[in-house]
Amino acid sequence: MTTADLRRTPLDAVHRALGARMVAFAGYEMPIRYTSELEEHRTVRSAVGLFDLSHMGEIGLSGPDASAFARFALVSDPGTLEPGQAQYSMLCAPDGGVIDDVIVYRTDPGYLVVCNAANHDAVVSHLAALLAELELDVRFEDRSEQTALIAPQGPRAAELLTGLTDIDLETIGKYRSTRGQVADVTCLVARTGYTGEDGFELFCATQDAQRLWEAVFRAGAEFGLLPCGLASRDTLRLEAGMPLYGNELGRDVNPYEANLGRVVKFDKGDFVGRAALEDIQRQGPHRRLVGLVMQDEGIARHGYPVVEAAVAGPPAEIGVVTSGSVSPTLGQRIGMALIRSEAAEVGRSVAVMIRDRPCRAEQVKLPFYRRPRPAEEPTT
Amino acid sequence: MTLPDDRRYSREHEWIRPEGDAGVIGLTRFAVDELGDIVYVELPAIGATLTQFASFGVVESVKAVSDLFAPASGVVLTVNEELRTRPELMNSDPHDAGWICRITLADSAELDALLEAPAYGELIGSE
Repeated sequence: MTTADLRRTPLDAVHRALGARMVAFAGYEMPIRYTSELEEHRTVRSAVGLFDLSHMGEIGLSGPDASAFARFALVSDPGTLEPGQAQYSMLCAPDGGVIDDVIVYRTDPGYLVVCNAANHDAVVSHLAALLAELELDVRFEDRSEQTALIAPQGPRAAELLTGLTDIDLETIGKYRSTRGQVADVTCLVARTGYTGEDGFELFCATQDAQRLWEAVFRAGAEFGLLPCGLASRDTLRLEAGMPLYGNELGRDVNPYEANLGRVVKFDKGDFVGRAALEDIQRQGPHRRLVGLVMQDEGIARHGYPVVEAAVAGPPAEIGVVTSGSVSPTLGQRIGMALIRSEAAEVGRSVAVMIRDRPCRAEQVKLPFYRRPRPAEEPTT
Repeated sequence: MTLPDDRRYSREHEWIRPEGDAGVIGLTRFAVDELGDIVYVELPAIGATLTQFASFGVVESVKAVSDLFAPASGVVLTVNEELRTRPELMNSDPHDAGWICRITLADSAELDALLEAPAYGELIGSE
C-alpha cells in the first residue's frame, strides 16, 4: 500500500504541525510518536497524554430489537447495561475464535459498538450478514467516517477536563459515559481507555475534532500534557495486561485462552459462538495467555517461540510470544505469551528463543501494572 | 541536520570514522530518529570479525528490532560498554557518545564503497 492509499484522520494536519512521525496503521496514517515514546508513556502514567484514536470504528445499533441483536452478536450481555454504562466485549465466530474485541456503550437510544480500525470492515460485514439472517428490527449505522475520537488519558485527565465542561465528571464512573459539551463541542464523554490509567474518550463529529483537540491541548499545558502516539499506547496497554487484536487475540484464539472467559455470558440465551465456547469452557483451553518478565538479557517480541526452560536436548516448543517490549514504568523487559495450559503457571520459568538463543523468563501474574488507587496515593 | 564530514556513511545508515588503522562505528541520527527510543543494543564480542555489509549486531527500539550492518570489515577492538546501561545515548548523541564499536580496518579501500557526508545527506533527504 502506498502512502496515497492511506486514510487520514481529521487531525492529520495537527499531528504534522506537532512534528509527529507518521506510520501506516490499519489503513490509516497515524502518529507513532511525537518526540519520545518513553517520555509519552511516562507522561500518561504521571500526568496526562492526548491520543487521536479517530481511526477506530463506531457502529450504532438502535431500534426495537437493538438489545436482542447486541446480545446475539456479542459474547457478553449488553442487555444488562443501563443507559450510560459500557462494557468490554467480543464478537466471536461460530467456532469461538475472536472476530474483534470491542467496547459496547449503552447510549440512549441504542448502543454504540467501538471496534478496532483494522477489523472495521470485518465487523461491519459480520454484523450485516447476521442482521440479514435474523428477522429483527434494528437500525444499523456505521458512523466511523463521521466520528472522531480524542482520548486524554492519565491521572490528571479529569482535572484537565473539569475546566472545559459543565459535566460533573465525578458522576461518570469507570466504564460509564454521558453526552455533553466539552469546549463547546458536543461529545459522548466516556471514562474508558486502553492505558491502565484513569482517562476519557471523547467521541465527537469529525468536523469538530480539531477544535476539541486544540482546546484540550491548550488547557493541558498546565497539567503537563503531551500528545501521544501509537508506540506509547502499545507499551501502556502491555503494562496494563490488555490484549491487542492481532497479537493476543485473533480468529485462531478464543476468549478462554486469552483469560477473557469472564466476559462470556451463557445466561442470556443463544448467541454466535455459544456451543463452541461452552465446550471450550467445559474442557478448559489448551493454551493460556501468561505474563513474562525476562530474566536473561534480551527482549521478547511478537512471534518469538517459547520453550521449556532448562531441559536437556533440543528445547520443546510450548508456545509463542504475543507481545513484548520494555516496561518503562517497571524498568523490566516484559511480554505476554500464549503457552500450553499445562506449562502455564505463575512463578514457573520458561525460555524465549531470541535469535536462536533460549533466554529465561519468569511467568508472572497479569497485569504487570495496576494504577495506584486514589486512597493509596500519598497525601501531600 | 548537519552530518560530520570526518567519516563515511553506508546506505544502511551506519557511519565509520577512520582513526589511523582503526575505525569507529555508529548509527546515524537519521536511523535512530526512524527507530525511536533505543532500549537495547546487542553489541558484538571483542575479537569478533565483521564483514562489510553483513549483520554484526542488533539494535532494539521500543517498537522494533533492527540489524546492524558493518560499514567495513575488521576485528572488533572495543565496544561502547556504556550502551549496556544507557542505550539512550544512541538517541541523544548518535554521532559521538552513542558510538557502537571500534574495529581494525582490514581494507581501507572498502571505504570507497561508502558515501561521503553530502552524498549521504542527499540519500536521506530523498528517503
